[in-house]
Amino acid sequence: MAKHEYSYYPGCSSQTGASSSNLMRSVDTMCEELDVKLNEIPDWNCCSASIGYGKGSVLPRMSLSARNIALSEEHNPDQDIVATCAACWLSTKEASERLHEDEDMFKDVNTALAEANLKLNNKTPIRHMAEVLIEDIGFDALKEGVKKPLEGIKIAGYVGCQTNRPFGIAGESFENPMYLDHLVDALGGDSLPTYEKKVQCCGGALAFSEPEKSQEMIHGIIEAAYDNGADMIVTPCPLCQANVEIYQDEINAKFGSKFEMPVVYYSQLISVAYGRNSKDAALDGQLVKAKKLEDIAG
Amino acid sequence: MSLNTAMVEKYRNNFIKEVAGNVEEGDWVRMCMQCGVCAGSCPLGDAWEHTPQEIFMLIRANKRDEVLKSDSMWMCTSCYNCIVRCPRELPITHIMHGLASYAKKLGLAPKENPTQWFTEVFWENMMKKGRVNELKLGLSLYFKDGFAAGIKEAMAHQKLGMNMMKAKRMAPMEILGGHGVNDLSGLQKMIKKAQDIENERLEANAK
Repeated sequence: MAKHEYSYYPGCSSQTGASSSNLMRSVDTMCEELDVKLNEIPDWNCCSASIGYGKGSVLPRMSLSARNIALSEEHNPDQDIVATCAACWLSTKEASERLHEDEDMFKDVNTALAEANLKLNNKTPIRHMAEVLIEDIGFDALKEGVKKPLEGIKIAGYVGCQTNRPFGIAGESFENPMYLDHLVDALGGDSLPTYEKKVQCCGGALAFSEPEKSQEMIHGIIEAAYDNGADMIVTPCPLCQANVEIYQDEINAKFGSKFEMPVVYYSQLISVAYGRNSKDAALDGQLVKAKKLEDIAG
Repeated sequence: MSLNTAMVEKYRNNFIKEVAGNVEEGDWVRMCMQCGVCAGSCPLGDAWEHTPQEIFMLIRANKRDEVLKSDSMWMCTSCYNCIVRCPRELPITHIMHGLASYAKKLGLAPKENPTQWFTEVFWENMMKKGRVNELKLGLSLYFKDGFAAGIKEAMAHQKLGMNMMKAKRMAPMEILGGHGVNDLSGLQKMIKKAQDIENERLEANAK
């Protein structure tokens, strides 16, 4: 039996062939190394992210998240739900909290769920993978498993928005969270705790609908990483990762910059530090290659 | 009578009551103390015609059209900065989402605003299979201004698309259907029920 076991909500972008399939692949590798078993919620649906609100009002959105929790309670009983996507985690946790506070809405949601022959008990903790690493495993234990320290790599910890607000990680501040820096240090890399854009918004879904406004913010996020001497950026959020990585050519053309900043996931750092190869760490999924990590991974 | 007209008739000159009774977390608006921390904390604050602080004041001042027809709320990136900083803990992000969604339901959201358009495309994309089809979502964006403009957009982003496919982060076969839930009819019936409950309540409020 695995040391830790959870009900897993991967989310739409963490599917084969989707934009954060590299997150999914590296999370699988990381969990093998950490003896964590993830039981995918059968038939999970989209949470409607942080953009569905305009068309999908409160009750439909709450029902979407409630369906996932209900499925988890039915098929993976007594297991905490763990999400790897910031928006998935936020939507699900927000729904769970609101349905605890609002009895009428809880009844309405169950009326809607009955149409799909489901029932919500809402007794399941909703957690982020970062909480699993920090609270259930801990930095000391993470450090013990390191086989190839990330020596000499300077890494800017970009926490972003929705992994950090409004819930965040217990014991961390909204304005200056440090857990990515602690993680980088535990893996033998060089953290950059004064990276000032660590909680700057990348535009989120507005990177699609308002690209100019968003790319101006993304430009600042990357520029600050260079100013802090970073070799790469690490983030827990799939949309932050994509937004900050994939538009660098467009940003360079627009701002006259010469950015070529790799943006990786914490799960990729852990996979490499634990001795896994580039493919297992899904480094082949980077648009901007993380060469210094590839050199260590081999 | 349209829902919008019915609401105007019902709440004549009492927009704050309309918001409190019909908008997600709208009853919190009265608690705003006009400190401006939300306005100063918004990453796209400069792009808002009216910042959240101003929106709250306009609601109190009965400026119904100025609020609901504004593109301001559609500038919210859902970063939650305003929520965690508000000294009175107003759920500002949710109120902005609620106002935007209410304006759209009443047919007042500014049609030319790209985010109000995108939210609908996203929702409909997701509801087709129960999960988002990223490829079709991306294509909808390219082709939003018609076929010719779409081809131009797609060509301009061709390299990005190729790189994403090479990295296995975009799958051309998704065009044929792609990922989805098995119990699609159950999911769609559930959403229909949730929408019916909500709409019936709105219509009852408008009487």
